[in-house]
Amino acid sequence: MQQPSVIGGRCMNAPPPSLIMAARMRAIASCMPPMRQYQVVGRKAPTEADPNPPAYRMKVFAATKVGAISSFWYLIHQMRKMKKTTGEILDVNEIVEKNARIIKHYGIWLRYDSRSGTHNMYREYRDLTLTGAVDQMYSEMAGRHRCRPRSIQIIRTGIVAAKDTKRAPVKQFQNSQIKFPLAHRIPREPSKKFRTVFKAQRPNTFFG
Amino acid sequence: MGFTRFVEIGRVALINYGPDEGKLCTIIDVVDHNKALIDGPEELTGVKRQMIPFKRLALTDFKVKILRNARQGTLKKAFAEADVLAKWGATAWARKRAAKAKRASLGDLDRFKLMIARKQKARAVNTALAKLKKSA
Repeated sequence: MQQPSVIGGRCMNAPPPSLIMAARMRAIASCMPPMRQYQVVGRKAPTEADPNPPAYRMKVFAATKVGAISSFWYLIHQMRKMKKTTGEILDVNEIVEKNARIIKHYGIWLRYDSRSGTHNMYREYRDLTLTGAVDQMYSEMAGRHRCRPRSIQIIRTGIVAAKDTKRAPVKQFQNSQIKFPLAHRIPREPSKKFRTVFKAQRPNTFFG
Repeated sequence: MGFTRFVEIGRVALINYGPDEGKLCTIIDVVDHNKALIDGPEELTGVKRQMIPFKRLALTDFKVKILRNARQGTLKKAFAEADVLAKWGATAWARKRAAKAKRASLGDLDRFKLMIARKQKARAVNTALAKLKKSA
């Protein structure tokens, strides 16, 4: 749930957003459509009583444009007296990551409903794009908390400087002298069609 | 036996799955325990800068001297300086891959020619061996 900002006002939510091939590929691998970030602008439909209602813009994460608009109405309805039937969407744009060539640390503040209550949470991810980090977040929340996307609301996202990161799983990869082996590897066939259930020989799993 | 190949900045790896299968790449940063940021460099190996899971990588013995997040130009220079492509071509690993690819690309007639060539080779070897045995 990102705070709406009146057009022309200061833009909330600083991080430049994104979309990238790697995120797409990862999402394909997990059979979930990759998240994209959209900027949705909407307002109440003008009436005679109010010919010029204020427009609000919100940045939302959704897989499609349609999902973004839906998400906009759901969230704006919680904060302003507005709804889809008496409102209009003025503009929807996808926001893509400006620099998807270096790894950044993304902080995500979120709120989610567990089986017993509502919790706030702060999570960190290393990724090339914000949408990639959001994808990681949804998968991780599903894995660790059995939490579905419908019960997660992203409050805020931002790029965190390496020195300000808090989470150990993220910190341990900030070392430029990082060095670790890949142990116990299962050789992978170069294409899916070459996969077999049974092998003639027990595979070698040590590759130095 | 200890490990000799490590995931580290500058490690050259072979991509063994996906659209870039069979191409070499260089690790330029480690994203997390599952993924690395790699770059070909594109001009030399045809691999674009991208994030890739370690599952799709096979580490090689070669290492290029670069810093984290090296730009393409720097990487290309270091890659060419280390002469990775030539060294890789000379390894048994690369030669086996090349032979396998060559064999797979043969047509019916080519396979026949190969069969004849192998027979001729075997014959030459066997006659020479028989001669040596006789004289011994």
